[in-house]
Amino acid sequence: MKQQATVIKVSGPLVVASGCRGTKMYDMVRVADKKLIGEIIELKNDLAYIQVYEETSGIGPGEPVYLTNEPLSVELGPGLMGSIYDGIQRPLNVIREISGDFISRGVDVSGLDQNKKWHFIPEVKSGQKVVSGDILGIVNETALIKHKIMVPPGISGEVTEIKEGDFNVKETIARIKNNNETNDVTMSSRWSVRKSRPVKEKLSPDEPLTTGQRVIDTFFPIAKGGAACIPGPFGAGKTVTMHEIAKWSDAQIIVYVACGERGNECADLLLSFPELKDPHTGRPLLERTVIVANTSNMPVAAREASIYTGITIAEYFRDMGYSVALMADSTSRWAEALREISGRLEEMPGEEGYPAYLSSRLAEFYERAGKVICLGADSRQGALSVMGAVSPPGGDLSDPVVQATLRVVKVFWGLDDKLANARHFPAINWLTSYSLYHDNLEELLKNKISAEFADLRKQAMRLLEEEASLSEIARLVGIESLSFSDRLILEVAKSIREDFLHQNAFHEIDTYTSLAKQCRMLKIILEFYKLSKEKLKDGADFDEIVKLAVREKISRLKYIEENKLKDFDKVEEELRGSYA
Amino acid sequence: MLKEYLTVTSVSGPLVIVEKTKDVKYAELVEVEFSNGEIRRGKVLEISEDKALVQMFEGTMGLDVAGSKVRFLGRVQELGVSPDLLGRIFDGAGRPRDNGPQVIAQKRLDINGNPINPTSRDYPSEFIQTGISCIDGMNPLVRGQKLPIFSGSGLPHSRLAAQIGRQAKVLGKQENFAVVFAAMGITFEEADFFMRDFRNTGAIERSTLFINLANDPAIERISTPRLALTCAEYLAFELDMHVLVILIDMTFYCESLREVSAARKEIPGRRGYPGYLYTDLATLYERAGRIKGKKGSVTLLPVLTMPEDDKTHPIPDLTGYITEGQIILSRELHRKGIYPPVDVLPSLSRLKDKGIGQNKTREDHSDVLNQLFACYAKGKEARELSVILGEAALSDLDRLYLKLADEFETKFVRQSETEDRTIIQTLEIGWKLLRIIPRQELKRIREEYLSKYYSQK
Repeated sequence: MKQQATVIKVSGPLVVASGCRGTKMYDMVRVADKKLIGEIIELKNDLAYIQVYEETSGIGPGEPVYLTNEPLSVELGPGLMGSIYDGIQRPLNVIREISGDFISRGVDVSGLDQNKKWHFIPEVKSGQKVVSGDILGIVNETALIKHKIMVPPGISGEVTEIKEGDFNVKETIARIKNNNETNDVTMSSRWSVRKSRPVKEKLSPDEPLTTGQRVIDTFFPIAKGGAACIPGPFGAGKTVTMHEIAKWSDAQIIVYVACGERGNECADLLLSFPELKDPHTGRPLLERTVIVANTSNMPVAAREASIYTGITIAEYFRDMGYSVALMADSTSRWAEALREISGRLEEMPGEEGYPAYLSSRLAEFYERAGKVICLGADSRQGALSVMGAVSPPGGDLSDPVVQATLRVVKVFWGLDDKLANARHFPAINWLTSYSLYHDNLEELLKNKISAEFADLRKQAMRLLEEEASLSEIARLVGIESLSFSDRLILEVAKSIREDFLHQNAFHEIDTYTSLAKQCRMLKIILEFYKLSKEKLKDGADFDEIVKLAVREKISRLKYIEENKLKDFDKVEEELRGSYA
Repeated sequence: MLKEYLTVTSVSGPLVIVEKTKDVKYAELVEVEFSNGEIRRGKVLEISEDKALVQMFEGTMGLDVAGSKVRFLGRVQELGVSPDLLGRIFDGAGRPRDNGPQVIAQKRLDINGNPINPTSRDYPSEFIQTGISCIDGMNPLVRGQKLPIFSGSGLPHSRLAAQIGRQAKVLGKQENFAVVFAAMGITFEEADFFMRDFRNTGAIERSTLFINLANDPAIERISTPRLALTCAEYLAFELDMHVLVILIDMTFYCESLREVSAARKEIPGRRGYPGYLYTDLATLYERAGRIKGKKGSVTLLPVLTMPEDDKTHPIPDLTGYITEGQIILSRELHRKGIYPPVDVLPSLSRLKDKGIGQNKTREDHSDVLNQLFACYAKGKEARELSVILGEAALSDLDRLYLKLADEFETKFVRQSETEDRTIIQTLEIGWKLLRIIPRQELKRIREEYLSKYYSQK
């Protein structure tokens, strides 16, 4: 903190300081004696416009501004897992120890515990040549996650010294010599949040990210490395869906960004994640999760930074070769923060008062998702999937944030008010939602699950579409005037809706469904359709078919436990027997 | 001695510009002495080198440029708190309104408060029985929740809010309970209804009221809810009380905010409301909650009237995005003479799942709730259909659903203003309705509960 400037104006989170010649855009500064954290977002001659990440009351002209000449960055290294940070990577539990139950200002803590010793196990030997991204060694950070210490980007050469042992994140664990220059490598590094981390190559996503949610996995899947958005009005279940994906998806690492959302929801995450078990490994979910929580009443500028903080941490783990999923809930709050700052800068507004650069910022953010070949000689692959919730005013999809998002993401899970009111959850509308990953994923699903999975999906989708147009007619002329084969379609579509698409997030078994079970469920429902259609043709009574006792069994298929999938055989048998 | 500035240079709406200022801080409290000796307060909204923009809390009528004196007080707006706040009535700026003495403060708290650290929050999970079936049964309220009532002009939201305030209790416990009531811009009659209700039931002893009436200065409303919430936080987290805060009517609060924003010539967001309306509302609503290791809690019940009953209007819309659900009142039910006219389908309580079930209400509560929602929705669909095609066109099953929907409204939702139903009574009514529907149709209820409760008479 060498250089000093002076505050000349304060307006909410925006502070203007003079005497800032020589500073750069997006440099971090400390404002006033309280050392509030801020970032330079505009320069005019020697004036700097600073967005301050904390409440600015009590700050006035004449107070000092300390320049750091460093961009806003996060500290990356062992200790990230299981942490809960505010928007600028300050651990909230440490803030709590310092300032009590309410967050006060000017708390200066680093993102990682500086004193904790981690056991470092080298993977390369002294004398070996390494390049950026190579793995120097590992730290067993949690039972689930091996934290790989990588050669930082921009450094390569010969390892002259490396040692096993217990170190804190600031101690040197290796020396790398390149020509005459020697670099000391520690377990932690810093990275500017607004710059994406480099990769060797980007690949096209081709593996499904299974979430255990039937409507998503079967009908609108997302690929590992893909981007999805989930817009909907309030109360439609965005946050519950996001939490469910965070809990059950088969990503190895989850970064959850609660951006301008409710404090009690964060508390729910914090209290439930240590207790919930990862279905794939049986360990507490928190051991593979990083949470960035900037609730709606915390400073607005830090909200703007929070999604960048989150995605930089996510990229860091992707670089180790993990499959990472990032959830941002909600990007609308982030866009609103952008709008608020833009308004204070007196910029010319674009649509709905949002700044003109809204869509380019959003595109930049989602483009940081992807399946990649990471830096390093071993060409390991990592994937970063990004899912963003959008909260458009009144659920209106013409909102600029929704439109800008739809232009860049390939999966759209559209939540529907009407479904939510009828308590059909997840309230993802099957007629308006889409996924552009079906073709990418088909090959893999064919081999892994079942060759007929894609056909079943298409067949079910067709029935749902037919239902929409038939029920339109039924509304006009009454259901009695439809033919029996059409009425059968309505019955089966209803069964798909109620017995397959509807999923109770709070039911201990129903909350997660494996792909194999999803496939079998759908198969039985469609089998019922096939058999009934044949029987109808043979002149069977429609009402009798509809009242078959096996249908109740079908409606309870979702409650069959994952380890008892054999029970499906019994239901299938009973179904075939029912028509005798 | 504080420095006095005689340098007011312009007045526009609630905003005053003072020049040649020195050492003034952002958000500082300001005292303006009018030329007739009257003293009013305001706060610094923006400060540049030698110019301060001041927002007056009580309007600028009577303020002149030449004769006014301005003092910057060097502190933010505060509320003096002590246990004596209970039983008192204040105006919207925190001055006694009941002819009582000034409260002698034990300490002074910044009315803007500080955000609760998310890691300190305890998840709300204690069911509050309000005695109202459509809330307890369908959209249960829990301690530490913020659950707004979305109403329209002419609907009985005041009566509903008062009934909740009167009847709310946690089952099986006797604890310190308090009500903090903040009125913003409501009429004298409405405020009088509450005050009388509080007095008649003796609730006034454990209540604190902040009242800003329709003819009080509009700008004062911006601090009224903050005073109330500061008082509530003090009662809850320092005196271990369970506090229910009723804020009525948030629409007027937002309008005052818009007035200030317009006077500052800010770029407006939707419908002229400032772009930071979400953030501003969040700093109020998010003050509800529970804190680990503290006994008390703040439960928030804001009431707002939706302009033209439009749920997508920015005020209800942004409120819905912050609060944990909403209770929506329906004009249609009100016209049918049903009290409380709660429109159950679009209403929602997000925190219900942790607050209900075994040991809290009853094990079948969650399933019954989901099933009733689904059946009522179907019944309403059938009703629409019968309007178009006539009841004869309905299938037998649809007719049963229609019957359920009708009885749901008249037996489950409807109750009198003094009727205090226990949750068990509410669930029993629910089962009585569900028995209208054939058992195999009740797919959302677990088998074991069906066999335990369905066949019971």
